[in-house]
Amino acid sequence: MDIKSMKNYLYWLYCQFELITCSYLMEPWEKLLFYTFNISMLVTVLYTAYIFVPVHISTAFQFFLYLFENQHENTVSIVK
Amino acid sequence: QKNGVSNGTLYKKTFIEHFEQAPMYVAVLTFLGFGVGTIFGYLRDFMRAWGLEKRNVAAEREQQKDFVPLYQDFENFYTRNLYMRIRDNWNRPICSVPGPQFDLMERVTDDYNWTFRFTGRIIKNVINMGSYNYLGFAETDVNALKTVTIELQKYGTGICSTRQEMGTLDKHVELEKLVAKFLGVEDAMVFGMGFATNSMNIPALVGKGCLILSDELNHTSLVLGARLSGATIRIFKHNNMQSLEKLLRDAIIYGQPRSRRAWRKIIILVEGIYSMEGSIVRLPEIVSLKKKYKAYLYLDEAHSIGAVGTTGRGVVEYFGMSPDDVDVLMGTFTKSFGAAGGYIAGKKELVDFLRTHSHSAVYATSMCPPVAEQIIRAMKCLMGLDGTTQGLQRVRQLGKNTRYFRRRLHEMGFIIYGNDDSPVVPLLLYMPGKIGAFARRMLEKNIGVVVVGFPATPITESRARFCVSAAHTREMLDTVLNALDELGDFLHLKYSRYSKSSHPELYEETRFELED
Repeated sequence: MDIKSMKNYLYWLYCQFELITCSYLMEPWEKLLFYTFNISMLVTVLYTAYIFVPVHISTAFQFFLYLFENQHENTVSIVK
Repeated sequence: QKNGVSNGTLYKKTFIEHFEQAPMYVAVLTFLGFGVGTIFGYLRDFMRAWGLEKRNVAAEREQQKDFVPLYQDFENFYTRNLYMRIRDNWNRPICSVPGPQFDLMERVTDDYNWTFRFTGRIIKNVINMGSYNYLGFAETDVNALKTVTIELQKYGTGICSTRQEMGTLDKHVELEKLVAKFLGVEDAMVFGMGFATNSMNIPALVGKGCLILSDELNHTSLVLGARLSGATIRIFKHNNMQSLEKLLRDAIIYGQPRSRRAWRKIIILVEGIYSMEGSIVRLPEIVSLKKKYKAYLYLDEAHSIGAVGTTGRGVVEYFGMSPDDVDVLMGTFTKSFGAAGGYIAGKKELVDFLRTHSHSAVYATSMCPPVAEQIIRAMKCLMGLDGTTQGLQRVRQLGKNTRYFRRRLHEMGFIIYGNDDSPVVPLLLYMPGKIGAFARRMLEKNIGVVVVGFPATPITESRARFCVSAAHTREMLDTVLNALDELGDFLHLKYSRYSKSSHPELYEETRFELED
């Protein structure tokens, strides 16, 4: 039962996406083009996030600790 | 005893209008939808220009390529790329009388709405929520049309002349006297076409050196008549009395643009009910403004005659005012009377002037006799002169249907524009994708609706417009409301943030017993 209502909900979400972005009005080849573009953009963004976000976060964290290090020398220590 | 009514004592009953704004994300998503549509429009235009796609549109010939381009403006772009995709929802041919239900010819398209073909099948008994059939006089009942048949056999159908030559029949004189009696004015004149009544008579009333103050959302016929007259036109915000008063004061203080002379005439053009918004004009305030600043008032009651007021006599009766306050009363017979044509009513001098000076009277053929007889019988029914109370019952039924329909739609959570008493109900759809989806799905459920988008409405506010009729029964309205409920959930149209509780029956318990 849960699978069926989940599937219905996902279908409804897909219909909303179609209506909002006017892909409901497009001919099949236009839809193909539009979805290909969207999915490739999404995959690119996710892949970039997967590679670069952890590195950025750890660099930012180190910089943040460096700032604190200069103020109170005894209280904070760098964890390696 | 009340604590103080808003607007002082000008309004005898409360004037409630809704123009709710949708949440911000709706506007953002609408623009996103239009953006995607525009990008694909450019893509298709590119493919058409470079020959990658067959050209079905109007295009210039090879020899005209060096001239000024004809089809590059936004309106043509919009028509080619966005309107064509959902074109199957408009211009649908019907094949029966447009009563509360009608028959539709089924139409399919093989090449995405560029051409249509009829399958030959007829879709029967589609509930009609789009026709301006407010009092239900569009009927084919033989008893009701008895007098019309007699007149058709006596006079035929054609007049073959204009009013001033040989086109004035005794039927026209009878009809004009009846219209004057119905409205409570001295005299009236009828014309063959409602649009032409406005566009041909305003030039006869005003000219160069006069000032026209017209509402923002006036109908094209009023705008055309005003432009044809050659007078100066200034526009005030829709139903906004502060804007109108400021314009009137500026007009009287500064006069004409260069010579600073006083204006020959200042005329205010308003409509009784605005058909795209469903709002009713603020007549008491306009009349008090006009009396203070000595201007004239032209009231176009196309949608409101027969539809509002306790006995169906229009907005003048709805506000409890006397028809002497309005200088020119204009209306059409297309909406509430099931006929065709328009009238202008007022003082005898005004109507006599129009009989000689109106373009319509001199050049247009007059109303044909069976149509005039249909109006006469509808008006007699409304006034009670045929001996029955059917007219009053129709007006009351329309009022009940309007209030019920609007109340239920508000409770469901849709955004509805307009006054609580107007039978025109615009339901906001906002996004361009939903316009086509809404109309098509409603037709699948056997309900015919009218959807409107740009350019008839602002680009973000596309809507579906329902016209409630006295001929709709409670069951028909319930069918439509249930279908709307379902469709509203599926298409996510219930944007209203003020909807009432969806379970009102929880608090029906009137006595609470304390448990010992």
